Parts: sequence; C-alpha cells; structure tokens
Amino acid sequence: MATIVEPTIFELSSPGRRGVTMPASDVPETALPPKPLLRSDLPLPELAEVDVVRHYTRLSKFNYSVDDGFYPLGSCTMKYNPKINEDTCRLPGFLFTHPLQPIETVQGNLALMFEMQEWLKEISGFAGVTLQPAAGAHGEFTGVLMMAAYHKSRGDSKRTKMLIPDAAHGTNPASVGMLGFTVVTSPSDSRGNVDLKALEAACDDTVVGMMLTNPNTLGMFDEHIEDVIKLVHGCGGLMYGDGANLNALLGIVRPGDLGFDVMHFNLHKTFSVPHGGGGPGSGPVGVGPVLADFLPAPLVGIIEEGDEDEMAPLYGFVTPKQSIGRMKAFHGHFGGGLVRAYTYIAMHGPDGLKDIAQYAVLNANYLQAKLRDTYKIPYDRICMHEFVAEGRFEGSDVRALDISKRLMDYGFHPPTNYFPLIVPEALMIEPTETENKDTLDAFADALVKIAEESKSQPELLHNAPITTRFGRMDEVKAARELVLCCWLPEGYDLNA
Amino acid sequence: MNTPSNLKYTKSDEWFDPATGAAGITDYAQSQLSDIVFVELLVDEGEEIEVGKPIASVESVKASAEIYAPAAGKVSAVNKGLSDAPETLNSDPYGEAWMIKIEGGAAGEVMDAAEYEKYCEGRSH
Amino acid sequence: MTYIPISPTERDAMLKTVGVKSLDDLFDAVPKKRRFPKLDLPPALTEMEAAAHLAEMAASNEHVREDLISFLGAGAYNHYVPSVVDHMLRRGEFFTAYTPYQPEISQGTLQAIFEYQSLMTNLTGMEVSNASHYDGATAAAEAVNLAYAQFRGKRKKVVISPTVHPQYREVIRTYTQGMGVETAGDDATNFEVGPEALTSLIDESTMLVIVQYPDFFGRIYDYAKLIEDAHAKGSLVCVVANPTALLMLKTPGEMGADIVVGEAQPFGIPLWYGGPYLGFFTTKKSYVHKMAGRLVGETVDNRGQRAYVLTLTAREQHIKRERATSNICTNQGLLALASAVYMSTLGKTGLQEVANLCYQKAHYAANELSKIEGFGLCFPDPFFHEFVLCTPKPAGEVNQYLLDNGILGGCDLGRDYPSLANHLLVAVTEMNSREEIDALVEVLKEM
Repeated sequence: MATIVEPTIFELSSPGRRGVTMPASDVPETALPPKPLLRSDLPLPELAEVDVVRHYTRLSKFNYSVDDGFYPLGSCTMKYNPKINEDTCRLPGFLFTHPLQPIETVQGNLALMFEMQEWLKEISGFAGVTLQPAAGAHGEFTGVLMMAAYHKSRGDSKRTKMLIPDAAHGTNPASVGMLGFTVVTSPSDSRGNVDLKALEAACDDTVVGMMLTNPNTLGMFDEHIEDVIKLVHGCGGLMYGDGANLNALLGIVRPGDLGFDVMHFNLHKTFSVPHGGGGPGSGPVGVGPVLADFLPAPLVGIIEEGDEDEMAPLYGFVTPKQSIGRMKAFHGHFGGGLVRAYTYIAMHGPDGLKDIAQYAVLNANYLQAKLRDTYKIPYDRICMHEFVAEGRFEGSDVRALDISKRLMDYGFHPPTNYFPLIVPEALMIEPTETENKDTLDAFADALVKIAEESKSQPELLHNAPITTRFGRMDEVKAARELVLCCWLPEGYDLNA
Repeated sequence: MNTPSNLKYTKSDEWFDPATGAAGITDYAQSQLSDIVFVELLVDEGEEIEVGKPIASVESVKASAEIYAPAAGKVSAVNKGLSDAPETLNSDPYGEAWMIKIEGGAAGEVMDAAEYEKYCEGRSH
Repeated sequence: MTYIPISPTERDAMLKTVGVKSLDDLFDAVPKKRRFPKLDLPPALTEMEAAAHLAEMAASNEHVREDLISFLGAGAYNHYVPSVVDHMLRRGEFFTAYTPYQPEISQGTLQAIFEYQSLMTNLTGMEVSNASHYDGATAAAEAVNLAYAQFRGKRKKVVISPTVHPQYREVIRTYTQGMGVETAGDDATNFEVGPEALTSLIDESTMLVIVQYPDFFGRIYDYAKLIEDAHAKGSLVCVVANPTALLMLKTPGEMGADIVVGEAQPFGIPLWYGGPYLGFFTTKKSYVHKMAGRLVGETVDNRGQRAYVLTLTAREQHIKRERATSNICTNQGLLALASAVYMSTLGKTGLQEVANLCYQKAHYAANELSKIEGFGLCFPDPFFHEFVLCTPKPAGEVNQYLLDNGILGGCDLGRDYPSLANHLLVAVTEMNSREEIDALVEVLKEM
C-alpha cells in the first residue's frame, strides 16, 4: 500500500460534520418534485470549515509557484503576478455584475472592454480585436475559423493546406485539425529562421495560410520575417501569428505592421494574468483589415457618441458583418482576465511596456551567455525572451529530464523539456523581465554545477529530485490502472 | 530486437505475414513507443483497404502513432480483443497483438528481415 | 510603474556579459523601419492611481449585491460564495503556479483537480470527469468533438434540443462549422414539446443528441426514455446540466447519459460579468480516450507515496497534434479548485440546503407572481429554480419597468425565441429574500 501524504477530501469526511450552514427558509414550503425525479443519494463529503482550510492549505504547500521562486518555463512567460491585480479584479462592481444585464447598468465593464480592445489594437498594430476567446488555444481556433471563413466568402474552396513550422506549438496543428485542414510542415534553416526556399516551394493556391510564432519557440526573431509574409500573401494565403511570445515584442515591433493578418494574445503570459495552476487564461485575438468583418460576435462598440464636456459615450455590443459566430457563452474572461490585464497595461504605459520586452530579452541573453560554455546552444545568436539549450553531454547518459529534476533540488522550477522537437534533449529557458541578476546568477551556477555532477555522480541526477516532498512518478501505473476519482457512486466498478 | 524472418516489414514499422495475411507493429516500433496504453483499430471486417490506409491508432504514456496498412486487400479479420489488452503490443507484437488480417493481401513496398534490421540500426539516435 | 528588479548598474554589467552596448542593440533582427513604434497609450499610472481608476470604473456599474435586486439567471447565477473559497484561491502557491507538468512540485494542484474530478463524477452520476473546460458552452461543443472522434467521422448528425441554452447552441454551431456536421432539432420555433419530439429526428447517422436539464425554460424532464431510444440507434447522448439542480434531482448518469456537461459557475465562482467560468465534463470510462482536456490520475512516486499525475496525455494536442480530438491545452485550474472548496465547505448538507432554498423560493415566487392579473406560469411541468412567466406586455417593457424600480428582471425570451416576446425567464436563488420576492410582486402589480 502506498503511503498517504495527504488524505483526499473524501477520506477526511465524517458523516454528520457541518461546514458553512445556510439560513432557514423564509417562505411557505412547497412539496418537492415527484420522487422519480429526485436523486436517491448525494455522495459528497462532510467536513467542518477548519478541516477544509487546513486540507487545502497543506495541499498548497506541495506546489511550487512564481511566488516561491524562479520559474523559467520556456514559452509560458512565468512572470511575477502583481498583487494589485488581485484586488482590482475583485471590486464588487466587477464581481457581481451579470453577463445579461442591460448595457445601461454595466457601462464601467463595457468601457473597460472597449478600452482594452483599443489598447490591444494599438500594441499589436491590428484593426480589430475580440476579447471573447478563453485561452491561447481557443484564440488560435478562433483565428483559424476566421481564415477559413475569409476564403469561403471569396468562393475559394480549394484551400486546405496550413503551413506550420517544425518548431511550432502542438496547439497549432491541433487547431487546424479541428477544421479538417491538412498540415504541411515547414522546416527551419540553420539560423532558426523559416527556410525560405522550402516555403516558396510549398506556397501555392491550395494554401489557407501559415501559422508562425515569432519570435519562434527557439527564441529567435525571424531575420526574414517580411519575406516570409510576402511569400504567403503572394499565394493568396493569410498569415497567423501565435502570440505566445509577444512579451519580447512590446514596444519593439507590432505584428500588424509586419503584415500578420491575425494573432492571439495570451493575457496570462504577456499581461500578468496569473496561470492559476493551468487556467483560466485569456486569449483575445487581433486581426488586420481583411479579417475584421469575420470577428466573433459580439464586440464592444460605441452605440452613442459622447461629447467633450460631460456626456460619456454609451457603450454596447456590435456584430461584425460576416462574423464566424460566438466562441463562448458570454463575453470572455472578463473578471479574471481582462480586469487584471487592463490594470497591468494601465500601470505600464507605453514606456513601461517597452521596458518589459527589453529586460525580458536582456535576461534571456544574459543567461544564454552565462551557460554557453557549459551547454550546447544549437541556434546561437542574440535571442529574444527565451533560448534553447541541449540538455545532454558527450559520453554521458544524463538527459534533459534528469537535469530538470535536479534543478528542483536547487530550488528552481525546471525549464520546458523536450520542446521544440527539432532540438534533441531540449531545455527551453525563459527567465522573464521580473527576475533580478542575483537569481539569474544562482540559476546559471546551479546548471553549471549539475553539468559537473553529470560527470561525477550521474546516479544522483537519475534519481533527482531528492529534497522535494515527492519523488519521480510512476506514469505507466497511472495510465494503465486509470484511477481517475477517489469515491465512486454505488454500483460502479471501474475495473469491470 | 526481434525480427522474424518469415515476415515482411515497412518503413513505417508495420509487419505483414504473406502466409496468413496478418499485420501489426514491429518489435522496434513497440520499443520506441514504450508503454502502450491504448489502441484503436480503425478498420472493420469486410472493408477493402489500400496500402498506407490508417488501420490503427496507438497511444503510449509518452507518444502516439498511426499504423498504416502494409498490404492492400479485404480485411478478413480484426483482433477485437486487442483494445482490452494494449500492453500485449509491448509483450508480443508478432503474436497475440496482431491487428488485422488482409485477404488476398498484395503487399506494398516492403523489406525482408535483414533489410529491416539494417534500416532500424541506421535510425537509432 | 514596472516590476523590473534590475538596477542601472546591474543592467550595464549584464549588457557587457552579453556583448552589446545598449538594450536597443538586442533587437537588430527586427526590421529597422518597423522597430520601436511609438505607442499611443495613456501614460503609466502608479498603483495608487490605478486602484482609484479601476474602483471608479467598477463603481459606475450597478451590481446585484447592492444596487439591484436580481431575478436574472439564464446560464449565470447569483449564489452565495462562502468566504473560505476566495481565501484559498488567493494563496499564491495555487494561483501563481503553471499547469502541473512537473508532478514532484505540483501535488497541490494535482490532488485538488483529482478531488474536483471525484466531486463532479459523484454529482453527475458518471464514471470519469476531466479537469474542466472554458465554460458550459464550450464543454457542450467538446461533447460533439468526442462523439465525432468516437464514430471516426462516420456519423455526422447532431440532434440538439431547441431548449438547450441559445448561446450554447450558437457556440456549437461556431465550433462545428468546419466539420461537415449536420444539425437537427435546433429550431427556436419548436420548443413547447417535451423530449419525445426529438426521438423522431434520431437515426443511424446520428452521433449525438444534446438536451438540457433542467432545460433552458427551467423544466425538468426525465430523459431516460429518450436516451434509450437514442442508444437503440447507436447514438450517444449528452445532457447539459445545472449543478445546483443536480444536488436535488435524479442524476443524468442514472438516466443513462453518455456525457454530462454544464456550467459550474454556481459552485463558488462570482458572476464576474460572464467569466471566467468553469465548464465541467463527465462521461463513461469507455469514452475516456476520446475525451478532450486534461485528466489527473492516481499513482505512486518512487518513495512509495500516493501521488497524482496528468495522465493519458498522448491523447492531447502536444503529442497527437492534428489528430487530437481538440486543441485544448488548459483547464480552468483555479476555478476547479474554487468549486472543490465550495462543495467541501458547504458539504453534503449545506449543498442540500442551497438546493432546497433555491427550489422553495422559486416556487414561492412562481406562485405569487402567477396570482397577478395578466401574469401566469407558461408551462405546467415541474421546475427547479427557474421558470417562464407569461407577461401581459412584451418582456422587454416589463424588464424596463422593473429596472426603473431597482429590479433586474428575468431573461427576455423574445430575444432568442421570436414567438416568446411576452415571456420572461425568472431565476430565484438562496440570495433572494422573501422581501425581495414580495417587492417584485408588488412592483408588477402596480405596472
């Protein structure tokens, strides 16, 4: 039997225990619906409030978070999450407004959304923005739907191929798969740019477009980005920008100015919305003029202009002419996403945003410089906000995974492993702008020390982590036995 | 690496038995995928298939793969028990874990055992 | 202000290590004529100024805790959230962590999601829950993706009840526009009939039937017979359920549903003007490989300790890429935690109290409102905490009159069902006191 470190909420339950109680009913009693419509049992836990608080507090201590320390997870932009955001997003006027309230009663919300649309347009150089998508992948799907709708509206039905670089995030091909398009992989050249020759050969009148992350997942800004876009546009395709790495571009260059037609933002990466242990994120999408009419409905617009003195404009909802429809039941991740990101942008202003990108890029280049002599950097030039090193050494069986696990013993969260796929044993490192020089030095020292350990005591690395509360997991057991919940309703047998 | 000499092999790591029409994934393929936890057969009995048609989808703890028909013909049998025992793809890829049988199977581009072994060695990184 | 912790001296030392003279020199790869645009944004605010600015914006809204008495539901509900919930959410260890890719240092998030999955399977009477979706509507769309993958694209028809939430139906239409899916039943003029009417639409090409429970008009139907008929044709059935109602009503699992999805916002998540919310997704174990989304499973670590990991990840986009069921790569982690804390803190009995209060108050309101001349209950079917009120004037006018009196009326059904212009969907929860209900009745009497 495995040792139980922390019982589940069901194991902590004891019949008859009470937590928060509800007031007694203040209305005359009505009979319940007929018995066949009622459930016979409600198999949920019974605990006192203190039991619940201690349980989840103990669980929280098993987590490593940005508030604990350095979290250089490549392509995830694990920057510090300002505490003021937590207060602004919980203002009662935001917390307690219903999504279907008449617009006259929610002008504060709509003004915030309108300004957010305008700000994101200005930051990215796009003509229109939808705030509806719930996450980056959701934004991507929105973007691909718009690209498909654009071609369809022109009666151009033979376009079924999407060009996607070999270094792309898995969500790119998956988004394309949801529309039944085929993926054509586009190779990178030796400097980490899109291979222009190969791209030219792939460009024809069956191309829907290209999905490109720039800077890409190697942390490289494509040195021929305008040529790439020209080629795709030249064959009638549209250019999708994966905004995962926008942190490197704030105030540096606007994707819309480069010629991108559509891009999703990750408010949870670039604009400090906390990652929440895997969500909720927020993935607004910006589009150039050719796609503006296809944006999801509704957008926030000005219904009645204000005047310069007193009258504020009246904000409301508008539907783009050829909208692809609705991506989500209501208006997007308003409270948890938009309010936090709005607060963040408002506090940075144009110069502060440029500082973010500059220092994110400085930190990444500084770490790259400090590690260059110890770890192979396969695409070694000035990087943007992240870079990729190889987590392997000549004549050693130590792998990127071992290095990552050992970093936990030194008190750091590991970088992203095994991605992008084009670098063997990849360690993808993104420090972000919110780390100081001491932290970066300590992290570099730890990685150099681990490289030494790979020679002197490789077993230590294979067994790492050893100082954490939990060790390496048996993932085969999890997948084969599939225990997916801790208390099943009567009559169910998972092994049957 | 186990490569029975009576079988034919494809570049995408399927095996085909010209004598019985049976097909499946090779020992090399199962070792690359490692712990297989799910398999779904994508063709039905009686279906006519062409070389290269996806016949199964396999998922392991860390990877996923599509399996393609090594021969053309009519599917005369599918191994119905396989989806309940995906781990047999790791333990017995040429025996218990056969996937389908192809009647009148005309093999596509295939290698013999010696050629396939050489091909696998060339790929090991 | 910014959050950059690097002094000018440190910056210069770092630039020297990198081998460039200035920060601007780091961007030579960017086309020169596009480099360093001047952004036309308002100047930066300090924290003090930002707090005041945001407070002012928030204050210009009228909200349902102070300014307005609310009877508005239709997919988002005003419930009490125990204080504990937000205290747990505000722990930085939870909200500033990433997706739990490194299980050794993510057991807090992983166990919390495992508990959430367990709570949801028990609530719905199903065998498996994933780690959640963006919201109820996208969870319903993911049910279509599951069915499509299950039949490997060979069945293309989805039968959707017209009394599934209109905005959920819109989202399903958006999601499926590239899949060549055919829909039937999704007809806003044909809503009076019960589930039997859908049976005739189900045939051998049907992959999925979608119904809502209680339906959009609040009506409670037992779908067991419909599900049996659908299964006879080989189709799967997805029930979109309200979690608060499930605290009292027969579970969709007991009716034989294959997939149960819904919006778990009522379980500890504020109204927040529509999001972020929490889409739950539960199903049978036999469909787990076709289910989208994250999944946490139990295992042991190398020290013999029980622990949790993300499992069956080869189903997902980062491995299966274009062959994955969906492109989703996150869940609503923090909000899954919120609902787990909500359910745990209220516990079995507290939750039953919530459900009972909703039911009792809604029935009191329905009873009192239907006594007013010209008003009446439109449907005779049993309901839970939401019902349709027939109004003597267009519901829009009724709502405007209520708003002038500080009351947020129900949902004007004429917006989505053209023939129901004189119909108001009224929601009542434990937050509505008898005084509030009586006030609604009084105002309507005077209208």
